[in-house]
Amino acid sequence: MPVLAPIGRAFLALLAVAGRLALFAAAGIAHAVRPPYYPRLVGKQMLEIGYFSLPVVGLTALFTGMVLALQSHSGFARFNAESAVATVVVLSITRELGPVMAGLMVAGRVGAAIAAEIGAMRVTEQIDALTTLSTNPFKYLVAPRLIAGLVTLPVLVLLADIVGVFGGYLVGIYRLEFNPANYLKLTWQYLETLDVVSGLVKAAAFGFIVALMGCYHGFNSRGGAQGVGVATTNAVVSSSVLILGANYFITAAFFGT
Amino acid sequence: MMTTVPKIRLNGVKKRFGEKVVLDGVDLEVAPGESVIIIGGSGTGKSVTLKCILGLLEPDAGRIEIDGEDVTRLAGRERERVNAKIGMLFQGAALFDSLPVWENVAFGLIEGKGVDRRSAKAEALKALAQVGLTADVGEMWPADLSGGMRKRVGLARAVCARPEILFFDEPTTGLDPIMGDVINELIVKTVHEMGATALTITHDMASARKIGHRIAMLYQGRIVWAGPVADIDRSGNAFVDQFIHGRAEGPIKMAVRA
Repeated sequence: MPVLAPIGRAFLALLAVAGRLALFAAAGIAHAVRPPYYPRLVGKQMLEIGYFSLPVVGLTALFTGMVLALQSHSGFARFNAESAVATVVVLSITRELGPVMAGLMVAGRVGAAIAAEIGAMRVTEQIDALTTLSTNPFKYLVAPRLIAGLVTLPVLVLLADIVGVFGGYLVGIYRLEFNPANYLKLTWQYLETLDVVSGLVKAAAFGFIVALMGCYHGFNSRGGAQGVGVATTNAVVSSSVLILGANYFITAAFFGT
Repeated sequence: MMTTVPKIRLNGVKKRFGEKVVLDGVDLEVAPGESVIIIGGSGTGKSVTLKCILGLLEPDAGRIEIDGEDVTRLAGRERERVNAKIGMLFQGAALFDSLPVWENVAFGLIEGKGVDRRSAKAEALKALAQVGLTADVGEMWPADLSGGMRKRVGLARAVCARPEILFFDEPTTGLDPIMGDVINELIVKTVHEMGATALTITHDMASARKIGHRIAMLYQGRIVWAGPVADIDRSGNAFVDQFIHGRAEGPIKMAVRA
């Protein structure tokens, strides 16, 4: 069957990549939980992933919250439900848009940087040099990034949630002329702990995905500068797709009853 | 035959990548304190040989011993223990861009042996001085260094933890002849001072004659000739003669695409 053969080959190739990725992730986790640990490197990566992503994630969250308030107001005005704006903003931001937007922005900023740095280390034999200096590259390069991604993204998303809700508040008060006290009351009234917690769990998963895909593609880059470029692109594309896929499954696990 | 246990022994080492056979049964012994050079053209498997010894690549067949211990398929902590005996100067120096020069040099001490940073820095500065670099170079970043300085720093990093074995991958490639000779002198001096065993891969015959006690020629994945440096000009081996005189005509056929 000449038509089916390419489909079969592509499917087998996909399974092979999934298998390699799973083994890579398992090795990364195993090295993250076993000594020696590199707290200095974890701290450095937390700064890189979290602190330096604050401006871009903050701005994204701010404008997302503002747009959400405008859109929901104009949409809900069709059936006289404008008072739901504050609730829609806070639920959308905490459950979905905070973690997803932050995850995608971090994938673009940090995932690319991780893949480029590790890819450049691969093609210039720096990873081989680590091995010859009795240092396991998984422990030194992969584990700190996985830990930092897992821990930092929830903090980043919590801040993004606050900024996003504040964006909605600004538009609600100064553009849509809501009463400030009433807007805040509506914001809190229907917000549940699970809304925020589900978003933070998503954030942890997304942080892990971004770091994992950056490390995986960087580690496996080949062929000089062009190979590093391909690794960077693959890291961003694959982590973005995985974030959106994982978002569905985590949402289904929390709210899919 | 050697009477002592060889520091490094390769026996029938084979490695292929897909259809391409790179090593086709390499046999080589390096005695303690000896400096052996592997010569051969590009793509003949010199780097793959070193990577197999270091455990960066796993041979498909054959056996590799260091100090009589089979290290062919060692991994994890056991591999780290064996690699702690080895220092390596990479072709492009492979310095870590994210660390200043002194930390590059001290890396093996800090991360590999758990030495505190202050003591490791003192050792790193000593190693830098050994290769003719001053303490202020230690505060620079790898990106600020010239090619020759990078090689020197790479050499300082290789010797800083006082390894028993030193590997040099194309130590003079990309350097002008004078700087190449400076690096050769430094290699001879440091290897002699440390009493280390050295294995160098190169296609630079001036370097090979200066650094080595013995030379082995690799061609199509096999050692086709091995002998003392003094015998290289009267090896009677057509492959060696063609290579050392750099002739296009001879039994070595270069893979050149039309």
